[in-house]
Amino acid sequence: MAQRFWKNKTAVGTVFFVVLIALLGILAPWIAPNDPYAADILHKYESMSAQFPLGTDHLGRCLLSRLLYGIRPTLGLAILTMLGTIGLGALMGLLAGYFRGWVEEIIMRVVDVMLSFPSQVMVFAVVALLGVSVQNVVLANVFIKWAWYARMIRTGVMQYRDKNFIQFSRCIGTPEWFILARHLLPSIAADLAVLASLDVGWAIINISTLSFLGLGVQAPTPEWGAMLNEAKNVLTSNPSQMVIPGVAIVALVSVFNLMGDALRDVLDPKEVVE
Amino acid sequence: MITVEHVCVSFRSEHQKKWFGSSRTQVLFDVNLTIPKGSCVGILGESGSGKSTLGRVICGLLKPDSGNVSIDGVSIYGDKKGKKLLQQKLSVVFQDYTTSANPRFSMKEILLEGIRARERKGEQVKDVDAELSHLLSLVGLDDSFLPRFPHELSGGQLQRVCIARAVACKPELILFDEAISSLDAHTQVQIMDLLQELKEKLSLTYLFITHDLTSITYLCDEVLFLYHGHVTDHRPVSTLSQTTDDYAKKLLQSIFIYDNEKLDEAAATAAGL
Ligand SMILES: Nc1ncnc2c1ncn2[C@@H]1O[C@H](COP(=O)(O)OP(=O)(O)O)[C@@H](O)[C@H]1O
Ligand SMILES: [Mg+2]
Repeated sequence: MAQRFWKNKTAVGTVFFVVLIALLGILAPWIAPNDPYAADILHKYESMSAQFPLGTDHLGRCLLSRLLYGIRPTLGLAILTMLGTIGLGALMGLLAGYFRGWVEEIIMRVVDVMLSFPSQVMVFAVVALLGVSVQNVVLANVFIKWAWYARMIRTGVMQYRDKNFIQFSRCIGTPEWFILARHLLPSIAADLAVLASLDVGWAIINISTLSFLGLGVQAPTPEWGAMLNEAKNVLTSNPSQMVIPGVAIVALVSVFNLMGDALRDVLDPKEVVE
Repeated sequence: MITVEHVCVSFRSEHQKKWFGSSRTQVLFDVNLTIPKGSCVGILGESGSGKSTLGRVICGLLKPDSGNVSIDGVSIYGDKKGKKLLQQKLSVVFQDYTTSANPRFSMKEILLEGIRARERKGEQVKDVDAELSHLLSLVGLDDSFLPRFPHELSGGQLQRVCIARAVACKPELILFDEAISSLDAHTQVQIMDLLQELKEKLSLTYLFITHDLTSITYLCDEVLFLYHGHVTDHRPVSTLSQTTDDYAKKLLQSIFIYDNEKLDEAAATAAGL
């Protein structure tokens, strides 16, 4: 497995990139050239210079510093959302797929209801209902997305549920937790990793969208979506303001999507059998 | 030790005549069977006749529509206690060895699952490593297999490990669902010899499901013919050639079409003559 990972250039490259971004975010206070909140109205919309490597925004704040500090809320919230979604989705999917019967009926009917709402509208509805705040954005994203994962993970579980090694375990009375945790969960781990990776990309976009609309991370905090929001006011006079956070978001999301595909190749269970 | 009484099983049909219909196809019709302690009972039938389904009913994995399965007089679908008793006394080996073992488990982990089942019965296994090599030696393998994964073993070797795993639970009854059918002829004989040896050593009871008459004559004391879910004949292997049932006769003829005497010979061997 480790060998296949190192052989897959995309996997190595994307994981490396993500780790690098995460490190930049963690180390932001030490590597950022300026204070991301320090406004200097006299130097607004400055172009690149030694002091401000990427220029300044409408309040004269250093764009590079804001971008670096912005990694924390952007990536952190996205990963938090992913953990919540995958956790809830995997739990529900495992229970529904393995236990069947009324457990499956209840979970899947709830999932059906969840899936019949347009997800974007649901996010707005949930945020509007709970109030605008970061926690509520994460909650809303988990709330609307878990059903997708529950459904996909249940399908994965169903493939393995009737495999002989699980039938054997059930026959000799192996405890359910052992079957779920040691047999089923590792069997669907590859699917989970792919889903998780794609989900982070999706969450970044969604959280940035909400921040852009003013429903997520609030003004002075340097979140990438919020930075886009501030930049859109000067779209016609200073279009370059949107380019930096825009490119950052697109690049990060693409990397997560690429990583999802690469992980799928690396973890493909067909090759495990070979 | 196991009694199967009037078991009927049906599955929901794939093709429903009505929308949201619930028509069912019956797979087993009023099956009766007793497995005496220490015996080896064979179930013979062509594929699709419901042998595996009957096996799953006996394993406690599939509740029959009607009828009763009991172990030592306790009904296994009645309450938790019966099921627990069954789980303590029964173990299985399946046909398809490629899916019988978790591809992510090493042989050690595979056997450990069986040993843990034994510990649940209240038996202490003090020296786990010694027990692991004992189990492997029972099935003619050595310790070097412990760290290996299923895909690193041949079919025969993996099937041996599956047998070791079944034995590791210290069962009284082992169910073999076409356990040797997908192996080549030479390995089949080896495994059958192994099974016979284990049966005597550990005083086990076998339920042997197969579509192959030769292995029945080799191993079993009694045979039950299953045809499209109906039991057509049930007799000791020694009187196999005197079967009165048309289907059983046809089956015998189709297998021994060239040499009818071989059957009597085989039956005679089985009867210990
Ligand atoms: N889970 C199931 N759902 C629907 N039909 C099934 C199921 N399992 C078995 N069957 C049907 O039951 C019949 C008997 O199958 P099986 O017991 O596997 O036969 P055998 O093991 O003798 O080859 C087959 O016709 C099969 O299609
Ligand atoms: Mg079968």
